[in-house]
Amino acid sequence: MKKALRPAFQVTIPVLCGYLFIGFAFGVMLRDAGYLPVWAFFSSLTIYAGSGQYLLVSLLASGASLVTVAVMTLLLNCRHIFYGLSFLETFHQMGHRKWYMIFSLTDETYSLLCSLKTPEGVDPNAMRFLIAILDQSYWIAGSVIGGVIGGVLPIDSTGIDFAMTALFTVIFVEQWKSAKCHIPALLGLGAAAVSLFLLGPDKFILPAMLAICVMLVALRGRLSKEVAE
Amino acid sequence: MSGARVFAMIAVAALCTFATRVAPFLLFNGKKPIPPIVRYLGEALPPAVIALLVVYCVKSVNWLAAPHGAPELLCIAVTALLHAWKRNNLLSIGAGTALYMFLVQAVFV
Repeated sequence: MKKALRPAFQVTIPVLCGYLFIGFAFGVMLRDAGYLPVWAFFSSLTIYAGSGQYLLVSLLASGASLVTVAVMTLLLNCRHIFYGLSFLETFHQMGHRKWYMIFSLTDETYSLLCSLKTPEGVDPNAMRFLIAILDQSYWIAGSVIGGVIGGVLPIDSTGIDFAMTALFTVIFVEQWKSAKCHIPALLGLGAAAVSLFLLGPDKFILPAMLAICVMLVALRGRLSKEVAE
Repeated sequence: MSGARVFAMIAVAALCTFATRVAPFLLFNGKKPIPPIVRYLGEALPPAVIALLVVYCVKSVNWLAAPHGAPELLCIAVTALLHAWKRNNLLSIGAGTALYMFLVQAVFV
């Protein structure tokens, strides 16, 4: 576990930058809506979903019903259903830690786990677990700091959340270089772009995800050998 | 709004978020072998999903108004090319982010 801490910390540095600032923004929003920092802490500890928590602030502000909260949260986070499919066996062999791994499978943790390379002599499961814990601790820290100090930062941090875009870009390149077959990556890019163009920013994710699944299944005969590890 | 009500709303959001994350593990719980098609999807999905996440990051860009997403596209290209060349995560992400911050703070304001 100790040996895994250093490499785990290193791969999570981009998430540290991104989560501190996106979490900070959430904390500030919640504070501006009139809630104490303890609620930011409690949300980030138990919900732990970026866009989901932003949504919660507006739901709280509008006094939405619990059913609305449930439906909106489910719709917003539907994409997560597909993330677990890539870790069914990996998480099952992690014992009790499995439940935390499932709970903490955000976009960012998912992408880090997808591209995980464990250094020699380091337990991959320990590294996975530490990545998950570090990521959530950055998120909690950012949101509590935002909730406590409010909207003032000593430096102009506009644009620092691009760290997340850059992280996904880097992982995209890594996967591109290591893949024999680029069809899944291109399908994803194409389906996302077309869906965004047709449906707009608020509704494109789930249709894009479904289109990707349908096309991958349709191409299974061609792709199954090439994507198998 | 009462504390109990806020608590309830956060609890419902937390449960529903967890539900979306745990669903595949409940469907394929390790007792029965995973169907080949699900295993195949698990292997084929990550590159497609990562591509989707890159697009997700630029979803709010207004392509029709100046600067037409230029800072985003430029910095994604710089990050990708730098990474294809040096393959150093922190260098690619650090340089891409620094350039983006410079562009949105000092150039495309």
